Amino acid sequence: MNRLITKLAGFNMKNPVIAASGTFGYGHDYEQYYDPSILGGISSKGLTLNPKPGNKGIRLWETPSGLLNSIGLENPGIRAFAREVYKMSEIDTMVIVNLGGDNLEEYIEGASILNDSPIDMIELNISCPNVKAGGMAFGMQCDSAALITREIKKVTKHPLMVKLSPNAPNVADVGVACAESGADALSLVNTFQGMAIDIKTKKAVFENTYAGLSGPAIKPIALRMVHQTVKAVSIPVVGLGGISSWQDALEFIMAGATAVQIGTGNFPNPNLGKEIVRGLQKYCEKNGIINIDEIRGII
Amino acid sequence: MAVILENRDLGDSMFLMITDHGVDSAPGQFYMVRGWDKYPLLSRPISIFDSDGKTTKFLYRVVGEGTDLLSKLKPGDEVQLQGPYGNGFPEIKGNRIALVGGGIGTAPLYLAAKEIKRKNPEKELVLYLGFENSSHAQELFEDIEADARFKIGGYITDIIDFKSHDAVLTCGPEAMMKAVFHEAKDICGEIYVSMEKRMACGVGACLGCTCETKAGNRRTCKDGPVFEGSEVFFE
Ligand SMILES: Cc1cc2nc3c(=O)[nH]c(=O)nc-3n(C[C@H](O)[C@H](O)[C@H](O)COP(=O)(O)OP(=O)(O)OC[C@H]3O[C@@H](n4cnc5c(N)ncnc54)[C@H](O)[C@@H]3O)c2cc1C
Ligand SMILES: Cc1cc2nc3c(=O)[nH]c(=O)nc-3n(C[C@H](O)[C@H](O)[C@H](O)COP(=O)(O)O)c2cc1C
Ligand code: FES
Repeated sequence: MNRLITKLAGFNMKNPVIAASGTFGYGHDYEQYYDPSILGGISSKGLTLNPKPGNKGIRLWETPSGLLNSIGLENPGIRAFAREVYKMSEIDTMVIVNLGGDNLEEYIEGASILNDSPIDMIELNISCPNVKAGGMAFGMQCDSAALITREIKKVTKHPLMVKLSPNAPNVADVGVACAESGADALSLVNTFQGMAIDIKTKKAVFENTYAGLSGPAIKPIALRMVHQTVKAVSIPVVGLGGISSWQDALEFIMAGATAVQIGTGNFPNPNLGKEIVRGLQKYCEKNGIINIDEIRGII
Repeated sequence: MAVILENRDLGDSMFLMITDHGVDSAPGQFYMVRGWDKYPLLSRPISIFDSDGKTTKFLYRVVGEGTDLLSKLKPGDEVQLQGPYGNGFPEIKGNRIALVGGGIGTAPLYLAAKEIKRKNPEKELVLYLGFENSSHAQELFEDIEADARFKIGGYITDIIDFKSHDAVLTCGPEAMMKAVFHEAKDICGEIYVSMEKRMACGVGACLGCTCETKAGNRRTCKDGPVFEGSEVFFE
C-alpha cells in the first residue's frame, strides 16, 4: 500500500518528493540511477522566454556543507523547450515548469506559451539571485510578488506555485501576498544570497560578485521559514533547502510542508530521490501511519 | 562501493590509487570520487588512469581538502565511485599521434595510449609529459609501448615538433592546452582537448560545468570532457 499519496493543487502525487529546479535538468539526467517516474514530481531547470547562455566565470563554489552557485538561468528558452516538451511530459510524474524572466512582460508571454504544453504546474521563479534583471527582484517585496502572481494567474491555465526567496525581509509575508493574489501553492526556499572571495587572486569568486547558497548548511533556516509560512497561509507549501535524507524530508513535512523538493542533495548522492521515497514509505509502515498526511504539520 | 587495494605516494603530492572496481570504462572518462560520508559536500571529478576490467586506477594530486582525504585512505578502505561519466577520447584516425599532458593532466593519457596501442599497434605514439618536478609518477608511463618524453619545468611545447604528428590529444592546464592547440592547429588534422571545470552533479543536470564552444554551451561532464580543440573558446 502506498502511504505517501499526496494532493497538491488538485494533482494526486505518488509521493511528496519532488526534484528541485536546476538540480535535475529536465528529468532524465539521473536515469542511470533510477527511473524518475518514481518521484512525486520534477521541476524543470528555470526557463525564460528567450534562451540564456548563463553566467561566465566560475559557477560553483563549495562551502562548508553548502554550495554557492551562479548558473544564471542557462536555458534554451521556452519555445525550444515547448517543442520538445514531450521528452519531459512522458515521465509519469507531476511535471512542473520553473518559469523565470527579466521583466513582467517576459513572464506573461512565457506563461502564455506554456498553455499549449502538457505540463501539470508552473513554478514561478521570482527568487533567482543569479540574474541581473527580474529574477529575485519580484520576490523581495509583497506588492511586486502580488502583482506578478495576479498577472500570471490571469493568463495561465495551469496551477501556479510561486517559489519564494529567503532573501525577502519577511518571506512569510510575501507568501501571504502571493496566496491572496491567487497562487495555488508556494515553494520555498530558493537559494540564500552569499559570496566568496578568492584570497589568492584578491577577487570575488563570482563574476556577479554574489551567488546563491544551497545545501545542508541552509536547512535549519529553510525549515524555520517553511514553518512560519505554513502558519501564515492556507494554501499548500512545498518545502526545500538542504534536504539530504528521508529524515530531513520528514522534518519539513512535520513542519507543515505538503511536499518537499530535493536539490543540492542529488549531487553527492545521485540515489537520493529514490532513497527518500523508500525511507518515507518505510517510516509510515513502521509507525502504523496509513497516509503521511497524519503527521503533516504536527509541529 | 569500491575497495582500495593500494594508495601509493609517488612524491610531489601525487598518488596512485588502485581500487577493485571492475567496471570497464573508456579513456578520457572520469568518476566522481568520494572517500568520505557527508563532508565535504561534493564528490571530486578524477580521470580514469587505467581500467582493465578488474581494477580501476586513479592518478591524483593533493591540492585541497578532498584530495587530501583521498590520500589518507588505506588499503581495505572503501571509496564511492560515481560513473564512469563523460564522453572520453574518440577513435583517432591519424597515424602519428601526440599525447600531450601537463601535470596531473597526464592522468587520462595513460589509458588513452594503452587503448590506441591495443586497437592499432601500428600507430606511432609519442607521449609528451610535462611535470613541475620529477617524481615516481613518470615511471607509471614507462610500461606503455610508446615513446614517452618528459619535460620537468618550463613549457611542454618546447619539446614537441608538431610536424611529425597528424593528431593530438591533450589534457592539462587550460593555458597549456591553448598553446598546444595554437601551435598544432595548422599542422595536425585532429586535435582533442580534455577540459576541466568545477562539477557538482557529473551527470549533466546542474549546468555548473558549462564550456563555451562554437556550437554553443556544452556540459563538460556529459558532452565532454573531451572536445575538438577548434570548438572550444579557451579562457
Ligand atoms: C573531468 C575532470 C577530471 C579530473 N581528473 C583529475 C585526475 O585524474 N587527477 C587529479 O588529481 N585531479 C583531476 N581533476 C581535478 C580534481 O577534480 C581537483 O583537483 C579536485 O576536485 C580538487 O579537490 P580538493 O577538495 O582537493 O580541492 P579544493 O580546492 O579544496 O576543492 C574545493 C572545490 O573545488 C573543486 N575544484 C578545485 N579544483 C578543481 C579543479 N582543478 N577542477 C575541478 N574542480 C576543482 C573541488 O571539486 C571542490 O568542489 C579533474 C577534474 C575534472 C573536471
Ligand atoms: C546548481 C543549481 C541551480 C539552480 N537552478 C535553479 C533554477 O533554475 N530555478 C530555481 O527556481 N531554483 C534553482 N535552484 C535552487 C534550487 O531549486 C533550490 O531552491 C535551492 O538550491 C535550495 O534547495 P537545496 O538546498 O535542496 O538545493 C538552483 C540550485 C542549484 C544548486
Ligand atoms: S557537473 Fe552538473 S552539469 Fe556538469
